[in-house]
Amino acid sequence: MTVPDAWYLGLSAVLFAIGIVGVIVRRNPLVIFMSIELALNAANLALVTFGARLGSPDGQALVFFVMAVAAAEVGVGLAIIVVIFRSRHRLSVDDLSLMRW
Amino acid sequence: MARAAFVLVALLAVGAALGLVIKKNVIHGAMFLVVNMASIAALYYMLGAEFLAVAQIVVYAGAIMVLFIFAIMFLIPGKDETGPDPRRWQRALALPLGALLLILLLAVVAAVRGTGPPAAGPATSGALYRALLTDYLLPFELTSILLLAAIVGVMVLAKRRPG
Repeated sequence: MTVPDAWYLGLSAVLFAIGIVGVIVRRNPLVIFMSIELALNAANLALVTFGARLGSPDGQALVFFVMAVAAAEVGVGLAIIVVIFRSRHRLSVDDLSLMRW
Repeated sequence: MARAAFVLVALLAVGAALGLVIKKNVIHGAMFLVVNMASIAALYYMLGAEFLAVAQIVVYAGAIMVLFIFAIMFLIPGKDETGPDPRRWQRALALPLGALLLILLLAVVAAVRGTGPPAAGPATSGALYRALLTDYLLPFELTSILLLAAIVGVMVLAKRRPG
């Protein structure tokens, strides 16, 4: 028996929701970052599932570009977090209120 | 057989994702994320996307997670997420809202189930390579510029001294 597409999409939905909740609940910016990666991966899984359903390589090509952008995003994001930690010696998103009311 | 394998890998992925969000220790969270990435790579393989399965392991479980671990080690966490939570009620709101999001997403999945064209089967890796170097040639080249810009940006940020 092959696995129905809906199972993959359901798993993707579950992982995406967990990632979003992680972004909101956690206070450590590193964990928030990792939760974003989790949500990105869930979206990638849905894209690959749709690509397999349609028999076209477009879904996989999109995931390829998402991976490249995620790699760039993680590099710059972690560098920003390191710079923030250097200047403040604390690591909690609640401290970073300079640009919000 | 395939369904049993899917359920096994899916449980692993969801368990690892929950571990990342629930565990207080950041290193443990990173390890959970590695497990999650590896199980998603297995799912890519089951969907016939061999190239992406390998790329997932190399790029995510390899490169990106090494970067995360490096940052965690560099920043020496442990003092974070202690003390009173200044935004407690907002975080308490996150769980029901997350459950609502999940219900909505699953409703969408249930609504589209069984509709659309019949399953065509996965595209071969050869088709993916051809698409990347023909239809997606411009974005493919722009990706290299993006990565170069990211490298330069990281070096500028890392060189700056505080104060």
